[in-house]
Amino acid sequence: MLLSNRDKLVEVGFDAIATFFYKLAEISDKLKEEGLWTYLPDPSELREKVATGTVRVKLGFPVYQKGGVIMDVTNVEQAQTAEDAGAVAVMVLDKLPYDIRKAGGVARMADVNVIKEVMDSISLPVMAKVRIGHFMEARVLEALGVDMIDESEVLTPADEKHHINKWQFKVPFVNGARNLGEALRRISEGASMIRTKGEAGTGNVAEAVRHMKTVMGELRQLITMPEEDRVLKAREMGVSYELVELTVRLQRLPVVNFAAGGIATPADAALMMWLGADGVFVGSGIFKSQDPRQRAEAIVLATSLWMDPEAVLEAQKMISERKSMMGIDIRQLKPEELLQVRGE
Amino acid sequence: MKVGVLALQGGVVEHVHMLKEAAKKLGIDVEVVEVRKKEHLDGLRAIVLPGGESTAMYRLGKRLGIAEPLKDLLLEGVPALGTCAGAALVAKKVIDAQSNKEYTPLLGVMDVEVIRNYFGRQRESFEADLEISGIGEFRGIFIRAPAIRPLSNSVEILATFKGVGVMAKQGSLMITSFHPELTSNTKIHEKLLQMAL
Repeated sequence: MLLSNRDKLVEVGFDAIATFFYKLAEISDKLKEEGLWTYLPDPSELREKVATGTVRVKLGFPVYQKGGVIMDVTNVEQAQTAEDAGAVAVMVLDKLPYDIRKAGGVARMADVNVIKEVMDSISLPVMAKVRIGHFMEARVLEALGVDMIDESEVLTPADEKHHINKWQFKVPFVNGARNLGEALRRISEGASMIRTKGEAGTGNVAEAVRHMKTVMGELRQLITMPEEDRVLKAREMGVSYELVELTVRLQRLPVVNFAAGGIATPADAALMMWLGADGVFVGSGIFKSQDPRQRAEAIVLATSLWMDPEAVLEAQKMISERKSMMGIDIRQLKPEELLQVRGE
Repeated sequence: MKVGVLALQGGVVEHVHMLKEAAKKLGIDVEVVEVRKKEHLDGLRAIVLPGGESTAMYRLGKRLGIAEPLKDLLLEGVPALGTCAGAALVAKKVIDAQSNKEYTPLLGVMDVEVIRNYFGRQRESFEADLEISGIGEFRGIFIRAPAIRPLSNSVEILATFKGVGVMAKQGSLMITSFHPELTSNTKIHEKLLQMAL
């Protein structure tokens, strides 16, 4: 059941989904009444001969990241290692999530000079994180030309109540989610890609598993619900009924859905793919290990060929468990140390 | 007829959908196979090399030993469609527009130079109406798109955007720097299937 979800796109095609998102933008008036939406699409987007940053182009970008690994890096050298290992993109941070945890204090957007250096040194797409609700950090990254922005709970939230209105940007966004409601709310706000939150910087995949299973479980419930209950559910989640209907029709999230938070080994990555992820983010797991080069390549292999246990075995052989990051048991974290509860 | 989509990484299911739609329109029976191992190449009458990250696909293709048998298949004349990064896989020469760094192509069977990220980063990604010779009007979706430059006379440029090659054909090989699989226009996929008939 979990396995089949991923392929439902095949029966619908990307165009139908993109068209829906244009329509979703049109029904914004109704949503505005509910105080959920303040975006009005620029009609010229549809008419113009050459148009940049359209809904289609933003939703299209993550399609080409599927089946791949996006790696957290903090400098040019690590970015080069990621590219050589076969990463599909890099995420530039000031500190890896594990170190953010250790350091405490306020975690902000990475140094823009470092991001620029990474952009100039590799050919892969470069992503960077902004604080939840920090509209200006996002504008800065857009001006810098990063390929995707992660509005991330790993950094200290700037707005306790709102997320960024992502429809206003030409750059696509990825957001974290722990359940279906969070995922659909982020999509309503204009996210082009969703990832599980997991519990970043722990090297413990348990929370990512929980979040992916929750999303998939809630999807299954939604699909079998009678229509009148879906209307109720839409209201409960705070998203439009149309978006709920699209999700039911696709039998999966209508945007690309990655796993993130605590992935440390090739088998972790393969597990998340088996649970229905379209690809994985690896944060501290690679560059906090003692064997980043081999591990990066091994995780790439396991993510692409997750359905083949022999390939995953091959990938596991490339690394040594003694060199994995130590990891943190989530039950030993204090409630205020949890990153996943930020921004619902 | 068995048709494959290289499924190492990237936009695979989008092409599977388009091939099925194209087959319906042509009224032919097509089985679409996702190619992850060299055994999956057996009996393919056509193959699509999808978009993704060409460096990632290069790594995986080499490691899984799929590069050589796939190259042989293409040299035998099995029709292929390479979109975006897929174009970089078949090109004889691949360079990056920003760094001018040259990349080793995975297959290197088509006499073209593919200039990666020629049209800029994601911020510059765009849509535009194209005129494709033999197909007609087509909405081109360009995502961090490459440019295509012919390296021999036998390469036919089928479409240009602002004077830059964005679709080319040489014998049984066809490449685009845009993504037809993100539209509902199946004409390019139909053309591939017709070449395989």
